[in-house]
Amino acid sequence: MTDTTATGSSHSHGTGPFIAAIDQGTTSSRCIVFDRDGRIVAVDQKEHEQIFPKPGWVEHDAAEIWTNVQEVVEGAIRKAAQDIEGFTAADVKAIGITNQRETTLLWDKNTGEPVHNALVWQDTRTDALCRELGRNVGQDRFRRETGLPLASYFAGPKIRWLLDNVEGLRERAERGEILFGTMDSWVIWNLTGGVNGGRHVTDVTNASRTLLMNLRTLDWDAKILESIGVPAAVLPEIRSSAEVYGATVGGVLDGVPVASALGDQQAALFGQTCFAEGEAKSTYGTGTFMLMNTGETPVNSYNGLITTVGYRIGDDAPVYALEGSIAVTGSLVQWMRDQMGLISTAAEIETLASSVEDNGGAYFVPAFSGLFAPYWRDDARGVIAGLTRYVTKAHIARAVLEATAWQTREIADAMTKDSGVELAALKVDGGMTSNNLLMQTLADFLDAPVVRPMVAETTCLGAAYAAGLAVGFWPDTEALRANWRRAAEWTPRMDAAQRDREYKSWLKAVQATMGWLDESTAKEH
Amino acid sequence: MPGPIQSLERAAAILRLLAGGERRLGLSDVASSLGLAKGTAHGILRTLQQEGFVEQEPVSGKYQLGAELLRLGNSYLDVHELRARALVWTDDLARSSGEAAYLGVLHQDGVLIVHHVFRPDDSRQALEVGAMHPLHSTALGKVLSAFDPVAHNEVAEHERAALTARTVTGAAELEAVLDLTRARGWAADLEETWEGVASVAAPVYDRRRMPVGAVGITGAVERVCDESGIQARLVAAVRDCARAVSRDLGAARF
Repeated sequence: MTDTTATGSSHSHGTGPFIAAIDQGTTSSRCIVFDRDGRIVAVDQKEHEQIFPKPGWVEHDAAEIWTNVQEVVEGAIRKAAQDIEGFTAADVKAIGITNQRETTLLWDKNTGEPVHNALVWQDTRTDALCRELGRNVGQDRFRRETGLPLASYFAGPKIRWLLDNVEGLRERAERGEILFGTMDSWVIWNLTGGVNGGRHVTDVTNASRTLLMNLRTLDWDAKILESIGVPAAVLPEIRSSAEVYGATVGGVLDGVPVASALGDQQAALFGQTCFAEGEAKSTYGTGTFMLMNTGETPVNSYNGLITTVGYRIGDDAPVYALEGSIAVTGSLVQWMRDQMGLISTAAEIETLASSVEDNGGAYFVPAFSGLFAPYWRDDARGVIAGLTRYVTKAHIARAVLEATAWQTREIADAMTKDSGVELAALKVDGGMTSNNLLMQTLADFLDAPVVRPMVAETTCLGAAYAAGLAVGFWPDTEALRANWRRAAEWTPRMDAAQRDREYKSWLKAVQATMGWLDESTAKEH
Repeated sequence: MPGPIQSLERAAAILRLLAGGERRLGLSDVASSLGLAKGTAHGILRTLQQEGFVEQEPVSGKYQLGAELLRLGNSYLDVHELRARALVWTDDLARSSGEAAYLGVLHQDGVLIVHHVFRPDDSRQALEVGAMHPLHSTALGKVLSAFDPVAHNEVAEHERAALTARTVTGAAELEAVLDLTRARGWAADLEETWEGVASVAAPVYDRRRMPVGAVGITGAVERVCDESGIQARLVAAVRDCARAVSRDLGAARF
């Protein structure tokens, strides 16, 4: 699904005005134009190169990304003009930004040239640095202030790595010649003029992924900056997620306000209109990210979750969220297809799994690179437990889908423990929501309704919503809620005793993954 | 019972030859291996080539098995694949029409609902995925019966219940309805399955232009119809959606 979406249809998309959202993602950049009802009017998308200089290192060429962003904005505007009579770029009232989180870039303020490729969130080169920064405290050294564990994903240690490893960079940074940004900052700075007065800003959600921002003050934490070794001079100003940062300079959308920025998962939370405490969304892709709105106070996690800023609209109080991620969900289905050859397309997992009534006693814990939330055990490895002569590939397929549902249940349980709020319903999006059996299983295991909204592009929609709020395109979050449409809902049908019994078996299977790696094996896999 | 057809036997022998051992063979290799005159072998190869069962390498002129054979082997379209491809388009259809959208395929002697998008209002609705609908009276069923010969056999052979006073049950009358469906490319159900409910559907094709399913909307007859029957804008929305899903499945533009 790329640029074929929503073109050439005779659907009545009404007439303008419109909001454009830019999604600067991990594998591609996209621009989607939305109408006032939150419907997609035009899409354009372009992939960029993934650069792997060494095992575990992942980089992006930020100049290529900026070029692509300009192209997809032009592309989407051109398509909108083709499909909608009388459409002009002037009908676009604001631009919203959403982006891959944590990916770190330093660039020269005077030339606009990146000083190094961007270090992508998946890049693990700062593993050792993070351990060193943990000193005698360990990975929770900055958790109280930032809500995050010291892990290689986050931006702060990546900045430090660049300053340490690019010749002369630290001196230039201390002289104020270098700017840091996650991809939102890079796109906004370039959109608003770059070397000619571009705004050097980031939003609270992106800043909350740097390990450098204090969650309570929503400002850079001087003590942590010193501990990690990041000069304040490189940092952008932290702004809300929905306000006008500046106007676009040049390009097809010259003069249009740039009015929102949200990290991709927070944007999905916003696009799913999870505006009330206890509302949660889960995005099912290669991996899965689940976020729950916890209201206006940050909730510390004692169950392996991350505390993060959900969003902040202008001068309103910030809204916080708990986040849990599952490393392996859609990628387990891909593994069944590519490594095991048991299915020929991802969708066939449902066909195979539906050919049996249950899992036949088999449980699949895909701890391929250890267990993530809520366990955080890197000594764990994957297990298929409960095998007997009776078990067929169809039972395994079922166990594969159940693995995603049980892992979601574990995160939901952790969220309830930390926040004291029971999950009332789960809003879902992402590619795996087309799997009906998985969605039903999810409702059964969570014992809560699972709801899919009518617009699949919740990430872009969230950025568009925030930008639209900032410029008065939509009056308030209630108007956005009114736009939200339920496309499908799965209600729990499982008997409680059976659910409890199977959950116990799952938890036993999880135990069986732990401690697989020890001194004798740790170095190999 | 007539005897085997010689040219088909020879074509099958050529395919087997290309499938085994060295996979690329020149015309003279094929002819000599099977004891055929070159002209005969060439005629058969050219026919197979036109059907896509054999391909000729442009540089060497040698023959090899064609992509169409692979497609034949994998011809079954998984319904879950169909749903995944249809997801975005059926969401769009439900939004633009304001009605519930359905995707159905032939299953035994009925329509199996493989995807259902709720009507976009805030009312409580139950997901109908997995439900079976009748072939002879629903818009989805009529589309399948009109375009898929297997569905046509099913609808012709099975008893057709009078579900409402408006249900078409007679064989000749139904054939006329299916002829009309083929001619205009869509089917309607005006209170023929459920009182007060109307629906409209259009066929979804795969890349070989085989009808693999039907997509449509269903709603209260007061909303869906005007004096002339199904509202033209709803027919257009359904046909747009069917074309978009077909395009996503690789069907050529039509």
